[in-house]
Amino acid sequence: MPLAPGTSHTSDFAGRSWSEAWTEGRDTPGDCIPPSMVAPPSPPPPPPDPQFVLRGSRSAVHALHFCGGAQGQGHPLLLSGQGRDLRVHVWDLAEGRNAIVDSVCLESVGFCRGSVLACGPQRWMLAMPGKGGDEVQILEMPSKTSVCSLKPEAEARPGMPMCLQLWQADSSPLPLLLAGYEDGSVALWDVSARKVCSRVACHEEPVMGLDFDSQKARGVSGSAEKALAVWSLDEQRALQVHGTHQLTNPGVADVRIRPDRRLLATAGWDHRIRVFHWRTMKPLAVLAFHSAAVHCLAFATDGLLAAGSGDQRISVWSLYPRM
Amino acid sequence: MDPVLSTVRLTVREAVHTLSSSEDGGCIFSTLGSLKRYLGETENPALPEEQEEFARIHFSTFLRCLVGKLSPDWLELLPDGQLEELWASFFLEGPADQAFLVLMEAIEGAASPSFRLMKMARLLARFLSAGRMAAVMEGQCRQQTEPAFSLLQETLLSKVVGLPDHLGNRLQRENLAGFFPQNYFPLLGEELLQALQVVVESLRGGLDCSVSFLSQVLGKACVHGRQKELLGVLVPRLTALTQGSCLWQRVCWRLVERVPDRAMEAVLTGLVEAASGPEVLSWLLGNLVMKSKKAQFVMTQKLLFLQYRYTTPVLRSLLGYLAMDSQRRPLLIQALKELLETWGSSSAIRRAPLAQQHYISKAILVCLAHLGEAELQDCRDELLASLMAGVQSHLDSSLPSVRRLGMIVAEVASAQIHPEGPPLRFQYEEDELTRELLALATPQPAADSPSEAGPPVAPLTAETPNEEMVSSGGPQAQPEGSDSELDSDDEFVPYDMSGDTELRSSKAPVYVRDCVEALTTSENWERWEATLRALEGLIFRSPAATQEVSVELAKVLLHLEEKTGVAGFEGLRQRALVAVTVTDPVRVAEYLTTQFYALNYSLRQRMDILDVLTLAAQELSRPGRRQKPPQRGPPGPGPQPGSPATPAWRAVVEERIRSKTRRVSKGSAGQGPAADPNKFNSVAGYFFFPLIQLFDRPLVTFDLLGDDQLVLGRLVHTLGALMYLSVNTMVAVPMGKALLEFVWALRFHGDIYVRQGLLSAVSSVLLSVPAERLLADLPDELLEAQSWLADVAQKDPDEDCRTLAIKALLLLEKLRDKLLPPPPP
Repeated sequence: MPLAPGTSHTSDFAGRSWSEAWTEGRDTPGDCIPPSMVAPPSPPPPPPDPQFVLRGSRSAVHALHFCGGAQGQGHPLLLSGQGRDLRVHVWDLAEGRNAIVDSVCLESVGFCRGSVLACGPQRWMLAMPGKGGDEVQILEMPSKTSVCSLKPEAEARPGMPMCLQLWQADSSPLPLLLAGYEDGSVALWDVSARKVCSRVACHEEPVMGLDFDSQKARGVSGSAEKALAVWSLDEQRALQVHGTHQLTNPGVADVRIRPDRRLLATAGWDHRIRVFHWRTMKPLAVLAFHSAAVHCLAFATDGLLAAGSGDQRISVWSLYPRM
Repeated sequence: MDPVLSTVRLTVREAVHTLSSSEDGGCIFSTLGSLKRYLGETENPALPEEQEEFARIHFSTFLRCLVGKLSPDWLELLPDGQLEELWASFFLEGPADQAFLVLMEAIEGAASPSFRLMKMARLLARFLSAGRMAAVMEGQCRQQTEPAFSLLQETLLSKVVGLPDHLGNRLQRENLAGFFPQNYFPLLGEELLQALQVVVESLRGGLDCSVSFLSQVLGKACVHGRQKELLGVLVPRLTALTQGSCLWQRVCWRLVERVPDRAMEAVLTGLVEAASGPEVLSWLLGNLVMKSKKAQFVMTQKLLFLQYRYTTPVLRSLLGYLAMDSQRRPLLIQALKELLETWGSSSAIRRAPLAQQHYISKAILVCLAHLGEAELQDCRDELLASLMAGVQSHLDSSLPSVRRLGMIVAEVASAQIHPEGPPLRFQYEEDELTRELLALATPQPAADSPSEAGPPVAPLTAETPNEEMVSSGGPQAQPEGSDSELDSDDEFVPYDMSGDTELRSSKAPVYVRDCVEALTTSENWERWEATLRALEGLIFRSPAATQEVSVELAKVLLHLEEKTGVAGFEGLRQRALVAVTVTDPVRVAEYLTTQFYALNYSLRQRMDILDVLTLAAQELSRPGRRQKPPQRGPPGPGPQPGSPATPAWRAVVEERIRSKTRRVSKGSAGQGPAADPNKFNSVAGYFFFPLIQLFDRPLVTFDLLGDDQLVLGRLVHTLGALMYLSVNTMVAVPMGKALLEFVWALRFHGDIYVRQGLLSAVSSVLLSVPAERLLADLPDELLEAQSWLADVAQKDPDEDCRTLAIKALLLLEKLRDKLLPPPPP
C-alpha cells in the first residue's frame, strides 16, 4: 500500500524519486500495535508516538492520499491539488511509476483542494475552483470536459470556495458537492441541477476543511477559528448546525473522518493532530509531533492515519486499530 | 362561732392526737380515712365549706404532723404499704401549693442522709411526675394578687425555680434524675404550658386570671440561665398554639409583658434564639417593644450593639420581627441609622473585635433588605453620610477582612440607599463569608436572573450525543443494525491530553542580557511575555551572566508594568526578581533597600520590594538549595520518544532490587539534606539594616508613621521574617538588638496589623538570637518586652494580637527555663 503525497505549493516535485521517503517505513504497518495501546485504562496513557515518520519531501506537505493498490482499476489516479503552476496533474502511479500523464489548467489561484468522485470505470468527476473567485468547476475526467460550473447566487456573496467534497447519496446516483466558503458557510450543491440545496453558516472565519459521513448524514468542518462545527443533513437536504466543539488553539487546516466512521482527526495550525470519537465528539488524543502547522490528513482504509506538515515531514499513526 | 368551722377544727385536732399517740395501725388508718373526706373525691365528701376551711387553715398543719410521723416502724403498722399509700395521697391530692411548700420544707429540714429525706424526695418526684406543679401554678393564676399573698408567692417562686438547686444540695450524690436541671426545666416548661392552657380555658369561660406568677417563673428560670431547657419546650408548642388563636396570642403577649424588668433581657434573648423566624417572634411578643422600655432597649440596643454572639438566623428573626409591623418599623429605621453610624466610626473599626464588626455588617445588610426605598429616602442623606465615612475608614484599614467588609456593605448599601446613582463595584475575592453576606442582602431567593451573557450569534450549544439525532437524519435510510454496532466504541480510552496547552509562537531570548532589552524596548508583546516566562529559568541557569546585569535587571523588573493582561504576571515578575536577588544578593539587596525609601514609588512597589527581600532571604537560607533543580521550565517543544516511559521503568527496577536485597541494618533510607553553609549568613545585614534605619523619616510621598501604616505593617512583618531567617548567623545579635529597639518605639501603634507584626518580630528575635547572648547583651530590652507582652496578652482588643503575645511570652518562659541551671536533686 503505497502512500502518495501530493505536491506542495513551494515546489513541483514531478519526476523526483520517492525512494528516499521510505527510510523508516515498514511493509505491513497495520499489524503493529503501539505499546501504549496495551496499557491499563487508568491513568490516561501517555500520548502515543508516530508509527513511523517519512522524511525527505524537502518542502512542506500540503496534500496526502492513500492509494489503494488492490482496487483493480487499471492505473490509480491521484489528483495532486493545484500547485502554483495553476495546473492539476493526473499521475500514473501503476507499478511504481510516477509520471504525469495529463494536466488541467486552472483559472484561479487559491488554497482550495480539488475533489474527485469515481463515476464509473475509468471515469471520474473532478471538482475544483473555477474562475471568478467564487465558482466551482466540475469536470469529467479523463476527458476534461466541463460538466458545469457552480456559481453562487449574486446576493449570497460567500467568497471563495475553500474546500470541496464530492459525494453520492446511496439512494440516488446524482452527485452532490459540499463546499466550504470563505465567509464560514458550508453549502450543499446539487451538481446535476446546478443549484444550492442548502447553506448554513458554521463559522465566523473561512472554512478550511470539511468531511462528511454520508451514512449518518453528519459532517464536520474546521476553520481558522478555535472551534469545530458539526452539522447534519436532513431528509429535505437541509443543513443544520448541531453544535460546536472548542479547541485549545485556533486554526484547523483539515478534518478527516476515518473510513469506519469511528474517529475524527483534525490537522491544527498549532502543530498538533487532534483525534476525536466521531459519534460523541469526545476528545481522545492530541498528537504533538510536528514542529510546524499540520496541513493535511489522510486515513487509509485499514485505519492508518497520515499527517503532512509544514516541517516537511509526514507522520504515520496507528490509533485505536479496528477490531 | 360557726358550727361548721368548729366541727372541722375538732375533727382535725382529734386526728392529730390519734396520730401522735396511737400505735394501732387500724385506728390510724381509719382516722386518716375520715380526714380524706375533706379533700373530696370519696363516696361521701364533706360539705364544700368544710373542705375549704380544712384546706385554708388546717391542711399544712396536718401535713407537717404527717411528715413528723414518718418513720420505718410507723409505715409498717399496716401490711403492704397501705399506710404509706394513704399518707402520700394527702400530699398528692390536697391543695398543691401547700403540699409543695411542706414537702420542700420537710426536705430542707430532714437530716442529711436519712430515711425520711429519701422518702420525701421520692414523694416529691411523684408529685412532679403526677403533674402537680401545674396545679401549683394554676392556683397562683386564679388568685388575684393581694398584698398578703405576695410573700407566699415569693417563697413559692423561689422554691419552684430553685428546686434543682435545693434538691442537689440536700441529696448530694443520691440526687434523683428527675431533679437534674436538664430534666426538671423541660418538665417545668410542660407544666407552665398546662397552666397557660387552664388560663386560656378559664378566660374563655369568662373568668379573670392573672399570668403574673407564670411570668415570674419564666423570668426567674431564664435569669438562672435555663433559657434553652425551658424555652426549648415552650416555644415550639406556643408557636403552634399562637399561630391559630388570637386568645393564645394575647395570653402569650401578656405573659412576656409581665416578666419583671430585671428578667426581661434573659427572657427576650432566649425567645429570640428559640424562635424559628420573625413571624413566630411576632406571634409570641406582639408589640412588646412599643410597650416596654426595657424590651425596646434589649431588642434594639443590646442585641445589636452590645452582644455579637448570635447567629445569622437569630439576627434575621430579630430584625424581621421589627420589620413586620408598621408600628415597629420606625424602630428598624432608627436601628439602621445607629448601626451605620457605629459601622462607620473609625474608632470602632480600630478597636472593636472583628467578630463584632461582622455582626454589625450583617445586621445592616438584613435591615436594608427589609426596608423599602420610600422609607430609605426619608433619611437618605444621613445614611449616606455615615456610609461614606464608614467606607473610607474601612478601606483605610490594614486588615484585609475589614476592607472586604467595607466593600461588601458599601456595594449593597449604596445600591439600596441610592439606587439611581452609578453602582459601586469593588473587586474582592469570594469566600464563604462574602457569600453569606451577599446572601443576606437578598432575603427571598430571587427567581429572576436574566441571562445577559447569552450568545448573540446562533445558539450553538455544545453537542450532546443524541442517539435519535444521529440515526434519524440523513437522506439515505440505513439498516438499523449499523448504529448499534458502532455504539460499542466506548472502549476508546483517551490518551493523556494534559500537554494540550495554548501555543506560543514567539521565541524567548536565550541570554539574560537580551531579556533586559526585550522587557524594556520590545513592542512585540508575545516576545515580552515569553521573556518574562523564561526569565527565572535563565537567571538560574546562568548566574555569572546575571551578575553582570543584576541591578539593571532588578530595576527593569521593579518598574515593569502589566500591559497585556498576562496570566500570572505578578507571580512571574516576583519570581524573576527573587531569582535576581538570590543570584547577586549584595548588590541587588542594596539597590532594593535604597529604593524602598526612595521618592516616587507606589505603595504597591514598596510592598513588592519587601516581599522580594523576604522570599530571597528565605531562598538563600534554605539548606541544600543547590540540589534543587530550578523551577520546572516551560514544556518542551515536543515529547522525546520513549522519555515518558523511563520513570516507570526505573521504579519497577528499583522495586525489584529492593525486594530481592536483604539489608543487614536498616538505616534511614533517604539521607537528610546535605550540610551546606547558610548563604544568608554573609548577606543578612544588607537585607536588614538599610530597611530598619530610615523608617521614621517621612518623605513627601511616603510617610510610614502616618498614613502609610499598611506598608509599615508589611515592613515590620518583613523585618521579623528576616530576623527569623538569620538564625545561626553571626549578625543575629545586633539585628535582634536593633529590632527590639524598633519594636519598643512602635509598641503602642494603633493599627492591629502593625501590632501583629511587632509581636511576631519579638518572637523571631527570641527564636533567632542565642539564649546566652540574649541575656548577656539585651537584658533590659527583654524585661521591657516582657511587661509589654503581658500587657498586650491581657488587654489587646484583637484576638490574634493576644495569641501572638502569649506565644512570645511562652518563648520567653522557655528561654528562662533553658538558662536556669536545673535544681540540685
